[in-house]
Amino acid sequence: MKQFSVKIEVKLKPVVLDPQGKAVLNALGGLGFSEVSDARVGKVVELTMEGESAEEVSGKADEMCRRLLSNPVIEDSSVEVVEKQDA
Amino acid sequence: MPNFGVLFFPGSNCEEDCYHAIRKILGQPCDLIWHEETSLEGIDCVVVPGGFSYGDYLRAGAIARFSPVMEPLTRLAAEGVPVIGICNGFQILVESGLLPGAFLHNSSLKFVCRWNHVRVEEIDTPFTCLLREGEVLKLPVANAQGNFVPGEGATPRIVLRYCGPQGELDKEANPSGSQDAIAGVANTQGNVLGMMPHPERGVENAFGSEDGKKMFESVVSWIKFSKQREAALSLAKLKGSEPELRPIPRRRFDYDLD
Repeated sequence: MKQFSVKIEVKLKPVVLDPQGKAVLNALGGLGFSEVSDARVGKVVELTMEGESAEEVSGKADEMCRRLLSNPVIEDSSVEVVEKQDA
Repeated sequence: MPNFGVLFFPGSNCEEDCYHAIRKILGQPCDLIWHEETSLEGIDCVVVPGGFSYGDYLRAGAIARFSPVMEPLTRLAAEGVPVIGICNGFQILVESGLLPGAFLHNSSLKFVCRWNHVRVEEIDTPFTCLLREGEVLKLPVANAQGNFVPGEGATPRIVLRYCGPQGELDKEANPSGSQDAIAGVANTQGNVLGMMPHPERGVENAFGSEDGKKMFESVVSWIKFSKQREAALSLAKLKGSEPELRPIPRRRFDYDLD
C-alpha cells in the first residue's frame, strides 16, 4: 500500500452568485487593492489516503465529492493526488 | 388522530418547539424521534426541525442526511406521507435530494433573526390546504444560510414567498436574498414541503403570531382526508362500486380577518 496526499478543491459554480466572495472583494477594495475585479471563495479538503495507485485514490476521492464533499447543484470540485515519498 | 413524528439530530434545537406546537397547541399525538431510529412505523406526518445539525459543518444539512432515520423517511416520502422540513430541516431535505435546490449564505452574510411575512403561493399541499392563495402569514425567520437557489434550469413548486405585510414582493422583504423570494418549496408530488420560516414559533398570539398554527391544522385535516380516501377506495374495491370521495379539505370561513 502506498500513501497519497489528496487535495480536493470545492468551488461555487461560475454561474452561482457568491456572497462571501463579494464581501471579500469589497473588503479588498476598501484596503486600496483597486486592481481586484473579482473574488470567489471556496474550500479545500486535504486527505491522507492509502491505495495501490493514484488512479484508484483519485476515483475514490471523486466519489467522496459526489456523495458528501460537494453539492453538485451549486458546486464544482477538483481532485489532485500526489504520492507521499517519505519512508 | 394523526401521529406526528418530530426527528432530531445532534445539534437540532427546534424539536421542543415543534413538539409544543403539535402536542400542546394542537393537541395531537407527537413523538420525538432520535436520528438513529430505523423505523417510522405508524407516523402520519414527519417534521424535520431546525437547528444546526452536526454544527452545519461542510454545508448545512450535508451530514445529517446520512443518519439512519433518513432511510425510512425517504420511504415514507415516496409513499406520499406528509413531510415538512423547517429551516435546518429544509436544508437537510434538500441535501438528501427529497427536495430540489441548494442553499447559499444569505446575501447580507448575516444571521437574520426577525419577523417576516410570507405569501401563500399554492394550496394543493398537505400543509397549506386550509390556507388561501395569496394569504399572508407572519412568521419568524432565523438563519444564516437561507439563500435558496433552485439550481440551473430547475423550476420547483413554490409554496411560500417572502413578502411585505400586504403581500407585496419587494427586495427588503426577502431576508436571505433567495431566488424569486422563495421561502418554501414542495417536491413534485407535493407531499414534502421545505420552508425557512418557523411555523412552530408562530402558534400563540401572546408570542407575536399564531399564523403558523394554520399550517399544522392543514396537515391534520389533510391526514384525516387521505385516511378517509384510502378507506373509501378499498371499500369500493371490495364492493365493486364507485368510491365516495370527499373533496380536499378547504377553509370554509375566514375565521380571522385581521
